[in-house]
This record gives sequence, structure tokens and C-alpha cells, in this order.
Amino acid sequence: MSDQTRTGEVQAKPDPSSIGEIEARLQRRRIQREKSERISAIVYPALVMVALIGAWEAASRVFGVPQFLLPPPTVVAASMHEHANLLIKESLLTSAEIGLGFLLSIVVGVPLAFAIFLWPPFARAVYPLLIASQAVPKVAVAPLFLVWFGFGLLPKVLIAFLIAFFPVVINTAIGLASIEREKVYLAQSMGLGPMATFFKIRLPNALPSIFAGLKISITLAVVGAVVGEFVGGQGGLGHLLLVANGSMDTALLFGGIVALTFLGVVFFGIIAVVERMVLPPHAISAATGARESM
Amino acid sequence: MELAVAPPMDSGQVRAGGELADSYLDVRDLTKIYATRDGVVRALDRVSLTAKRGEFLSILGPSGCGKSTLLMIAAGLIPGSSGEIRIAGQKIDRPRTDIGIVFQSPVLLEWRTALGNVMLQAEARKMEHKAALKRARELLASVGLSDFENKYPHELSGGMRQRVSICRSLIHSPDQLLMDEPFGALDSLTRDQLVLDLQQLWMKQRMTVLFITHSVAEAVFLSDRVVVMSPRPGRIDRVIEIDLPRPRTLAMRESPEFADYSRQIMELFLARGVLNEHPGGKAE
Ligand SMILES: Nc1ncnc2c1ncn2[C@@H]1O[C@H](COP(=O)(O)OP(=O)(O)OP(=O)(O)O)[C@@H](O)[C@H]1O
Ligand SMILES: [Mg+2]
Repeated sequence: MSDQTRTGEVQAKPDPSSIGEIEARLQRRRIQREKSERISAIVYPALVMVALIGAWEAASRVFGVPQFLLPPPTVVAASMHEHANLLIKESLLTSAEIGLGFLLSIVVGVPLAFAIFLWPPFARAVYPLLIASQAVPKVAVAPLFLVWFGFGLLPKVLIAFLIAFFPVVINTAIGLASIEREKVYLAQSMGLGPMATFFKIRLPNALPSIFAGLKISITLAVVGAVVGEFVGGQGGLGHLLLVANGSMDTALLFGGIVALTFLGVVFFGIIAVVERMVLPPHAISAATGARESM
Repeated sequence: MELAVAPPMDSGQVRAGGELADSYLDVRDLTKIYATRDGVVRALDRVSLTAKRGEFLSILGPSGCGKSTLLMIAAGLIPGSSGEIRIAGQKIDRPRTDIGIVFQSPVLLEWRTALGNVMLQAEARKMEHKAALKRARELLASVGLSDFENKYPHELSGGMRQRVSICRSLIHSPDQLLMDEPFGALDSLTRDQLVLDLQQLWMKQRMTVLFITHSVAEAVFLSDRVVVMSPRPGRIDRVIEIDLPRPRTLAMRESPEFADYSRQIMELFLARGVLNEHPGGKAE
């Protein structure tokens, strides 16, 4: 046996087992690296956050900054705890405004984009106006909405919508339009009708772009809702901010900001989760590009 | 350049298969002009050719001579500027659905797996799902992609993607196969294999194939006739009948007959300035 295995087989034979080992090792290492990347993606920013908050706490105590200027985090936390019920109530109201405004921008924006895409004369007529309308400072329109729609939920929803719907329209329209010519040719040669082509090919092709628009839109909807509450609010976090400001309760002001930030993150997270469910993995990694490529 | 007149086409010849073949694809005086921002581009200039039913016809020509354009027009996907194109006597004025088409790039849907991409064709044609699925799997297996059925395009190599797109063009057993440099992105081994596979498939199903390539060897190996095009504006330079027995084998590529056909084409390219030798010069 030793004679025969000496030449040819010695080179060929031992490989499979050792290659298997190398494979297993690399695979293990990859899984480990992914795990540690996932953990560090959470732990690192959390550490920085804690450090910043600690520095803030220390600074405001050491330098004796007046609390109405910059209350230390512990005081903010205490105030939030004290006003927990109020914060939750106002958060719910603001959430409703954000959610409705955002939904409205989808309900109006997506079909509008479809129309722009499917009907070129309409696009030619509407597109320039749509772009130009972005020059109007929408915050300045807010008082007008109050005059028209009163002080209830509606004007806030409309302002959130007005600010949020533009990216939905533009991203959807661009997503639909930017498709390889050959994909359309392929559909035609397979005998797919215009409707089937739209839903089987064009729309899925546009989804990554649409989701990118939705993510911008949801953050703008938060801004819109707060602006609405600033201008004519009887409730909501925006109103709470004004009230806290009026009574020089800076701790509560910070509490409101924290609550708003939290809302924004949650809404963004919801979109991201839906995106993850709808799109295949690679499209998402393209969207979040920078992080994945690290 | 003035040589570039299509030679008279064969009239009702007896084909290798034995049946008396009628003209299936009939291109007459086809011209295609692209009007672009910086002037017109004459992509095809009075191209005439015919293909019999079940014939394997290759179009060979230098880059930019209008091969893809010809294929797109033959598929009814873009209109010609003048002249006409008929399939079985029927004038083409809309996208044809009786074809399988392989584009120069794979054109896969990124959100579908390899299998899903092949099945798109079946879904579009409302083929019976179970049978289509089985056939899709067989096709993928036949090009060595069994283990990659559930991979997304971005997880496949360029050659694998093109193989998926070839499977997609075959699942519905089309009457005509239009292939635009389908093996261009492949390594030469895979290429040889797929060329053999394509020959076998064609011998079994006898669909009419319009095969675009700029590989002389590929064209000679696969074709009943090779249509050689001249550089832009694309015209038909010569049609060369390849009279080699089938099935052709890789060894046959080394045969004097094969070399003779290759040399004919090469000399044509040299004469047209598509290829330039540098006598006495060093290799660049
Ligand atoms: N949509 C288009 N608009 C304008 N010009 C075009 C268009 N498509 C092709 N052309 C021009 O027509 C000519 C022929 O193009 P075509 O793609 O048919 O060449 P080809 O023979 O397929 O080349 P290759 O082998 O490189 O694929 C080229 O000069 C190209 O620039
Ligand atoms: Mg081409």
C-alpha cells in the first residue's frame, strides 16, 4: 500500500479531510465574526451613549449649570417618570397623527406615482408642479390649515402628510421608471400583459426605491405632526414641548424630546422590519450598504 | 464594401434532417436607423436572409455591426426602419411570444431565485405548474445548477446567471430560439459543454435557432449556415454553408474541414479590416 500511495495518491488523498477541516474552521470563524459584529453593532453605540450621558450628568453637576438651562439626565429621567402618564397620552396622540399622515402619504403618493409613470402627459403636466411645490415652505402653510380645518386631529395629519408624501411619490416614480429595457422586452416575449408586467416585474423592481422613500417619509411625518402641534395644538408631544417651555420646565422639555425621538425610532423600525420581510436580503444590504460592507 | 450584397438564398433545399424545409424566417431588405441626439446611426443596411424551419443559423460579426439589433427586430421587440420580417409568411409587427430569447446579459429578476426565474416563463404562459416545475428542475440540472436552484442571482457567478437565463428560454419548448451571444460571459470549458448541450437539444427538438456570436469556432461548430456580417453599417457579407456531419464532436474542431471553414471566415474578416495582422511586427 505504501508503495502505491506514495506518488499520486499522497498528493490527492489527504486533501479532502484537511480541506474539510479548513472549511469547518472558516465557517466557524465566519459565524463567530457575524455574531460579534451583530453584538458590537448594538454594544458600541450603547457604550458611546452611556458615556455621553455620563459626561452630561457629570458636567452639569461639576459646573453647576442651572437646571432650567441644562438639567442633568437623572433629573430628566425623574421628570419623565413623574409625568409618565402625560407623556404616554401625548405620545399616543402624536403617534396617531404621524401614522395617519404617513398612511395618507402612501395612499396618495403611490397611486400618484403610478399615474405619473403610466400616463406620460400627466407626468409632464404634474411633475414640474410637484417639484416646484417643494419650494413652498410647508411649515408656513400650517397656520392656513388651522384656519381651514380647525384645531383637531385633521390639520396635524394633513401637515404631516404634506411634508411626508413627496419622497414617496418621487422614489416610487423613479423606481418604476428605472428598469432595464431588457426586462420589459423579456416580459413582452413571454406574453405578459401590461398589468401582469407591472405587478410581476416593474413593481417588485421598484420596491427597494419605494422603501427608501418610505424611510425618508416616516421621519418627515414626525416633523410634520410636531409642527402641526406647535402651531395649533391642544395636545400631543409638540404641544407638551410648548407648555413645558412656557413654564420653564426644561426637564420635561427634554423628556418630550426623548419621547419624540423614541417615536421616530419606533416608526422607522417598523418600516425597516416590513422592508426586511418584503425584500430579498441583497436589496436590503444594498440599502444599508455602508454597515454591511464594513 | 460593395461586395456586401446578400448572395441568392437557397430555394427549398433538402435539409440534413431529410424533410423538405420551407422558409420560416424571412428577412427582406431590413434597414434599421437609430436617430440619436448626435446624429443617425445606421445599424442595419438592407439585410436579407432566410432560415428554414428547424435550421440552426448563426450570425457572426464584429462588435457593433447590428447583431443584437437584428435579433431584437426578429423578436418583434423593436421595429425596423424599413424592409420587413416575416415568420412563416406572417409579418411581424408586435412582440413575438412563440420564441425563447436569451439576451446578451442574463436579465434575471433579482428578487427571484434561479428556479423562480426559470418558472417566470412558465407562470407567464400559464403552464401547468407541477409539470413546469419538474421541467425547470431538469433544465437547471442539465446545466449543472441543481445545487443552486434556490440561490438568488447575486449569489451566482456570471456564467451561472447566463445558464439560468438559457433555461428560462427553453422551458416552454419554443418554436424558435433567439440567442444573443449566450455563452459570451462563460469560461471556455463551460462554453464547450453548453455548446455540446445546445447541439444535442437542437437535434432532439429541431427548433429554429438564430444564434448570435462573435466566436468563429462556436458558429462553425453549431450551425447549418453561418451568416457573416460586415462592420458598421451592418450588412450581410457572406453566407457560409457548414457541411459537417452531426452530431459534431469537439475532436472535429481539429479536423481540416473545420479549419477550412474557420479560415474562410477569418480571411473574410481580414479582407474587411475587422482583423489586422501586423506582418513582421512583434506581438502587442
Ligand atoms: N437603442 C439604441 N440607440 C441608438 N443606437 C443604438 C441603439 N442600440 C444599438 N445602437 C447602435 O447600433 C449599432 C449596432 O448595435 P448592436 O447592439 O446591434 O451591435 P452588436 O452587433 O450586437 O454588437 P456587440 O457584438 O458588441 O453586442 C451600434 O453602433 C450601436 O451603437
Ligand atoms: Mg450585441
